Amino acid sequence: MDRKIRVLVAKPGLDGHDRGAKVVARAMRDAGMEVIYTGLRQTPEQIAQAAVQEDVDVVALSILSGAHMQLFPRVMRLLAEKGADDLLVVAGGVIPEDDIPFLKEKGIAAVFGPGTPTREAIDFIEANLKAR
Amino acid sequence: MQAREAPFPGELARRIRLGEERALARLISALEDGESWSGKTLRILRSDSASPKLSYVIGITGPPGSGKSTLIDKLIGAYRDRGERVAVLAVDPSSPFTGGAILGDRIRMQGRAFGSTGASAEAGVDGGVFIRSLASRGRLGGLSRASAQAARALEAAGYGIVIVETVGIGQSEVDIVRLADCVVLVSMPGSGDEIQTIKAGVMEIGDVFVVNKADRPGADRAVEEIRTMLEIGAALMSGADPRPGAEGEVGHRPSGRARSEEASAPVLKTVAASGEGLGELVAVLDAHLERAKASGELQARRRRGAIAEARTLLSEKVLGELEALEGGLEAELADEIVRGDLEATEAADILFESIRRGARNEGA
Repeated sequence: MDRKIRVLVAKPGLDGHDRGAKVVARAMRDAGMEVIYTGLRQTPEQIAQAAVQEDVDVVALSILSGAHMQLFPRVMRLLAEKGADDLLVVAGGVIPEDDIPFLKEKGIAAVFGPGTPTREAIDFIEANLKAR
Repeated sequence: MQAREAPFPGELARRIRLGEERALARLISALEDGESWSGKTLRILRSDSASPKLSYVIGITGPPGSGKSTLIDKLIGAYRDRGERVAVLAVDPSSPFTGGAILGDRIRMQGRAFGSTGASAEAGVDGGVFIRSLASRGRLGGLSRASAQAARALEAAGYGIVIVETVGIGQSEVDIVRLADCVVLVSMPGSGDEIQTIKAGVMEIGDVFVVNKADRPGADRAVEEIRTMLEIGAALMSGADPRPGAEGEVGHRPSGRARSEEASAPVLKTVAASGEGLGELVAVLDAHLERAKASGELQARRRRGAIAEARTLLSEKVLGELEALEGGLEAELADEIVRGDLEATEAADILFESIRRGARNEGA
């Protein structure tokens, strides 16, 4: 049976720009995915709750504010508490190289910096879900 | 993507009854995907349910941008304040080209979370609210394939209020009337002249009419036009002649769905963004439920819905049989139609006969 890939695109934290997240959401839609877009200024609790209720396969976090070192691990912990630590979590936005190893250690599968072709992120998601 | 490993139906049902959101979410996905174990799981869940209480299923429909999601956000708050657990199914369209979808209703349904007080308020979540976005996946009636089953799953999971938001509709998407105990048709000022209100289709399915964004010019006129439409309908239904100056009978009674309550269908003005008119809407919804329960209409309506749902699933099954037909019969017939050697109605007869033959062979 052919199941649709469901993705939650979420923006944790306080920055007010979501053009990048919208572009990624649209590209995912065009790749045949069902994208739940929750908008700006989401708390980690809201993101984890939405991920569970929406039964997504992927959580895509976008952040520009620099608070990723606090917010991302919190999202991962809350997902684990809800028994949803098997989801594929990827991130995008402005995230310094030096921070990436720490985020990967916390369970973020990939970090896509500014200018990453949307196809690259989509290919990554498709390949990694298939591998499960 | 591949189907996930099937859980044991009884085990999943047990986890749902314990309040595990992930298990409930998983069942809804499986129902939408048509996984073979999902129907059985739902049946177990419903039959073992500790609280066999019926939910109040409220359908919210109307054109894109009329404010359905924002209105639902306010309804969530109102029902939560009364201590009800509230679930929302929000349907958005799938792309007919890629099958993908942007499900963006949830974004406007988080006001309750921010407005509430207490420990979870800061985190912006409310454990008594379950919101699920669904893609229409090619369905054209305003809902998804398993919206009705998903609503029953939420009912069995103990949500007293189940709100179903259709895709933004045009004139003919009326599936919601087969699912909801009460249909709220949301419109806004300035969306067409009064002829729009006497057309067949969505204007016939409202139990409650809401003119939202009523702070905009033209709201009173929109309300008047809907009221006039309802009054004309009621007069015709009773056999009276609603034309000015006319006396006596109109000469014919319209057949079709009896809508004796049509004249009394409430028409309300709201401003969802500010919450204006929301108290009145909730009161009207309460009154509708009481009346429908007392008159037996609630049960009758659910029975009609169940039959319609089963028929829709049957027609899908029949179409599925077509795909299973061997050989390129469909392609052959299509060529003949294009060439002018066959009419589409004749092609349908041939296909129908092939399916019947297939069924007989299976039976033998």
